[in-house]
Order: sequence, then structure tokens, then C-alpha cells
Amino acid sequence: MDLKDKLLDSHIAFEEELGPKDSIQKLRNQALKTFEAKGFPSKKLEAWKYTSLNSLIQDDYLLFPKSEKAVALNEIKHVFLYEVDTYKVVFIDGIHSPFLSDTTHDGLDVCLLSAALSKPKYSELIKQYFGSVADKEENMTALNTSYAREGAYIYIPPSVVAEKPIEIIHLSTGDQGPVWLQPRNLIVVDTNAQVQIVERHQSLLEHQVVTNSVTELIAHQEALVDYYKIQNDLDSASLIDNTYIAQDKNSHVSVHTFSFGGKITRNNLNFYQRGEHINSTLKGITLLQGKQHVDHNTLVHHAQPNCESHQDYKGIFSDRSIGVFNGKILVDKIAQKTNAFQQNNNVILNDKAKVNTKPQLEIFADDVRCSHGCTIGQLDEEALFYLRSRGIPKKEAKGLMTYAFANNVLQSVQIPTLKKRINKLIANKLGVNLGFEL
Amino acid sequence: MLTIENLHAEVEDKGILKGIDLDVKAGEIHAIMGPNGSGKSTLSSVIAGNEGYEVTQGNILFRGEEINDMSPEERAHKGIFLSFQYPVEIPGVSVTNFIKTALNAQRKASGKEDMPAGEMLKKIREKSSMLSIDSKFLSRSLNQGFSGGEKKRNEIFQMAMMEPQLAILDETDSGLDIDALKIVADGVNALRTDENATIVITHYQRLLEYIVPDFVHVLYDGKIVKSGTKELAKELEAKGYDWIKQEVTD
Repeated sequence: MDLKDKLLDSHIAFEEELGPKDSIQKLRNQALKTFEAKGFPSKKLEAWKYTSLNSLIQDDYLLFPKSEKAVALNEIKHVFLYEVDTYKVVFIDGIHSPFLSDTTHDGLDVCLLSAALSKPKYSELIKQYFGSVADKEENMTALNTSYAREGAYIYIPPSVVAEKPIEIIHLSTGDQGPVWLQPRNLIVVDTNAQVQIVERHQSLLEHQVVTNSVTELIAHQEALVDYYKIQNDLDSASLIDNTYIAQDKNSHVSVHTFSFGGKITRNNLNFYQRGEHINSTLKGITLLQGKQHVDHNTLVHHAQPNCESHQDYKGIFSDRSIGVFNGKILVDKIAQKTNAFQQNNNVILNDKAKVNTKPQLEIFADDVRCSHGCTIGQLDEEALFYLRSRGIPKKEAKGLMTYAFANNVLQSVQIPTLKKRINKLIANKLGVNLGFEL
Repeated sequence: MLTIENLHAEVEDKGILKGIDLDVKAGEIHAIMGPNGSGKSTLSSVIAGNEGYEVTQGNILFRGEEINDMSPEERAHKGIFLSFQYPVEIPGVSVTNFIKTALNAQRKASGKEDMPAGEMLKKIREKSSMLSIDSKFLSRSLNQGFSGGEKKRNEIFQMAMMEPQLAILDETDSGLDIDALKIVADGVNALRTDENATIVITHYQRLLEYIVPDFVHVLYDGKIVKSGTKELAKELEAKGYDWIKQEVTD
């Protein structure tokens, strides 16, 4: 049986296991129909031209892993920001781990979607927000919605500043053969509230895992949200990340995506601006080796006047790795005085690596500032010579230049310990020890 | 210290150096002058090991050892330093961190441990004050947004930190006003010993008022066509390069 059929057929079993009907059951069933009609995205779709899921969907996966293995904290400490206190929502093979988590209902909600779906006191919020931003027609999003049950649920009430960063961590153990995971996160940041979120997917040993994740984030007026995605998984892990962000007036949301690993990683990052004076920031560093493949597919929809968006993605590619950047900026007719900036710069360290980059601007307003630029190049030989003439060996010189190239993306990271961590990850990936932190 | 014999070099099959002979001894300052396009910067790049140029004939000997096939970093480890005409900008890496990295790479190559932080700091303070560089400057990203003068001063600061045997100053005077020129020249003079040597590459005689050469060579069309003392530089300043070109064609 092929994977699509298996996913369709297994839905009855999934519903039976869920038990009594909950408030999103209708959405699930609609989504299943959409997925049934559309199936997996093929390369014939413009948005999937450079990324094929064929190598993933030919295998058989366990759709409902059972969490049997306890994971010792000290084995996985490095996955967390252990140097600072954080709220944690942790899943092992898709199932919540109370032992590793640190949730709260004290002034803000950091808990499980399954809990929010089952408890009456959350039903209004679920009704209002769940499925309100996600693209119902998108193949992988529909598939996720049809199986939506577990993930992180975060609610920050008006004027509350989350004192600690929130970590959403998905671990996969590889204990049960190939697994297909579909986490679903819902994050609501109310008026004038603030939060920092770090999301990470990590396999604990080499095994086949595909994660098809959907995150909906609603940032109300004056909200301030800083979201970091750390994608440094093993070469046997693939991730399809669908993130949908709706912003109300005067809100600031930034998403940093650090893509350093994995087999195939697809980031569908969508921003919808629904008020004036909104600021949306999308930044990323992609640093790939081997046959890794990362595809950033971004959308910023400017639907109201006087808003800004700022995109800055840097890519560094060696070996046979492949990078894709497809950045769409849509400016509606009424969205005058929009200021949209997009930049995608890539360095290829090896002639076998490949990059496809495509800006896509659709502008219907006449009084806007939209700029975009993309570059694909190699490290500047003259600059390398400069560093080497100072006695810095070639490898370190390349490392230093790569740092310098990616640096401005790191500068906007607001959690110091995370910034250090990313710094170290980059140094490790490049195989250099620079003897200082940037 | 440096002996160059019949050096030919080309870039993309285009011959630029066409038989250079030069002998620089410890304690000496040599000036290499010449019109634009004569090969001055190529010569400095080739001595420092820029792989963009191919040496097709001849030899470069540094303290008796042939260095033709050595990488730029190996040459730096041996004690060759090139002050760049156009230093490269490295965003996000401070002047201090850069010089630490360079100095410790140098030490590692000779089997030494990293320089202790306290000692490093002391040395940085000492050399930066010699060149009137303030501490704010040291925490800025290397060469990023630096004025022409700041870039050149920073080059000499790196030279002071590295303490090379042979320093090659490529058009160090370009873009400098007279005050900056004096500071840079004073720095270079203060670093002079009987053990090291300096090659000053310049288009104009101006810098040579402050860094006084023992020998002056005129490079034209990839060859040294005339050598003399500092008086030659003055003659060039007064008469321009045309008479040299005339002499060569005759």
C-alpha cells in the first residue's frame, strides 16, 4: 500500500483512538478530504519545483508510535538551552514526555494541544484560533490537520511578558523503525504580550523519521514575538515545517531559522499582516554538507498600509548539498507605504553544491518600497589571501569568512545563550576553532 | 634576507613580471617605484604567495630557502608580512579578535601555545598606543566602514603585532592625509631593527620623506629598469616617469 492510501485508511483507527468527538473533528475530516484529493505535492507544483518528497513517501512508516523508551536527561541535555531556565514542552516520538517537560498555567499557558482540545475552558480559544491561519488548501498542511491532536499550546494573556523562553522540543528515538510524526502547535500572543520561543526537532540516533509539522501563531496588537527554529537533525531525518503567522496592528514578529542538518528540510513560512504598522522579520542561516537539502519557501502578505517586512537569508553550501530559496512578497492594492526588503545571499564552497533562488514580488499598490536581491558566489579569493597572508591557515580562513558572511543574521538573536550555541554549531560544522566567540 | 632571481609571473596567461632581480638584506629599506601598471602590486602579491599569480620562471629565496611553492600562511609563518593596498572588510570579526587569531595561528605554526590573554592584551595596548589607535577602534569590525587612513593604520598595527622579518608596504601612503602619513611612517620606523627589512612600494616620493630608503628601484613593464639611492626618488618626483620610459625605449 502506498503511503497516501495508508494515511487515508489509518484515519478511522486514529479517530477511534481519539474517542469522543472534539471541537476540531470537522476540520480534521475536511482536511482529510483535501489531502485525499490533492495527495502529496509533486514537482509539477511551482512551489515544489526544486524539492521532491519522492524519496520520503516511498517507504512505510509507523504513524502512531508508542512511547516506550524513557530518555535520560543527561543524554539529551545538549538539545536544550540548559544554561538558562526555560519552559519546556517535550515530545518523544510524538508523545508528550511529562518527565522532560516544564509546562505552566501560572499567568500564561504553556501546555499540550491535546489538553487544550479536551478541556472545556479552552474550547472558546480553540474555536477562535485553531485552523484560523493555516492554509486549508495546502497539501501537507491538510495532511497535518487531518491528524492534528498533539503539540504545544501556548497562550500569553494581554500585557504578560513570558519571563522565560519556551522550548518546543521533538525527540525521536528510532526505537520503532521509520516514523511519521505530525505535531501541531497553536500559539496565541495576546495584546501587548511578549514571548520568546525555540523549536527544535532532534533524532537521537540515525533512523528514518519524517516530521510534517504545522504551527499557527497569532500575534495580536502590540505583541512582540521572537521565534527561533533550530534544524540540526541527523542525515536520516526530514522535516516539513509549515508555519503560519497572523499579525495585528503594531505587532513585531521575527522568525530565525537555523538549518544546519537533516536529509530534506522544507520550511513553508507564511506571514499575514492584518493591521497597520506591523513589522515582520524572517532571517535564516543555512549551512549544509553532504547531500543535505533545505528549501525555504516564504510568503509575506502585506494587506494593510504602513507595514514593514525584512527578510535576510544566508546560505553556505558544500559537498553535494542543495539549497532552495523561494521568497514571495505580496502587496495588496490598499497596502500603501509598504516597506518590504528581501535578501538571499549564498556561498558555494564546492562546485557540486547547488542553489536555486527565486524572489517573487507581486505588488498591486503604487506607493511602496520593495527591494530584493539574491546572490550566489564563492568566497572571495582576494579576501582569503588577505587572511592567509596573516598566517591564518586556509581552512580557518574560510571558516572566518563564512562566519563574517553569516554574521548579521546572528546579531539579531535576542537570547545570548542561544547565540553562543549557534556560534558553536557553526564553528563545529565548519570544523574550525577560532579561539573566540563572536 | 630576500633574494629574487629572474622572477617571471603571470595572471591568466598575461605576463606581468618579466625578469625581476632584487636583493634585500637585513636592516635595509628598499623602495620600489614605478608608474601605474608596471607590476608593483603584483610583485608584492607574488612575494606574499597570492595563488592568483603563477610564477613561470625564476626563484624567490627567503633567508636562503626557496619559497616559490609555499602557501601564503607558510610564508607569513616564516616572517613575511604584506600591508595591503586595499585591506579586506570582515564584518562581525573585531580588530582585536582578528589579530588574536592571526598571532595565535602564527605561534601554533612554530609549536607554541596560544599567547596568554594578559600578555596579548598588554601587547595590543602597547602597539595600538604607538600608532595612536584608541580602544574603541579595536572593537570595531575589521576594516568595515574604516576610512582610508584607518585601514592603513590598522595594517601597520597588525604588522607591529606580528613583528615580521620582512614587511612589504604596498601603496601604504595612498588615501592618507599628511598627519596619518606621519603616524604610519613613525610606526614603521619604530619597528625597524638591524634584523628586519622593509620593502616600500609607492607611486609617489612623498612617503619616502618619512620612511627613508637605502635603495630605490624603478619598476617598468615588469622589470627593474633603474636602481639607485634615495636621490633617484627625488629625481623621479621632479621629472616624472616619462624620462625612464624614454630611456627604456631608447
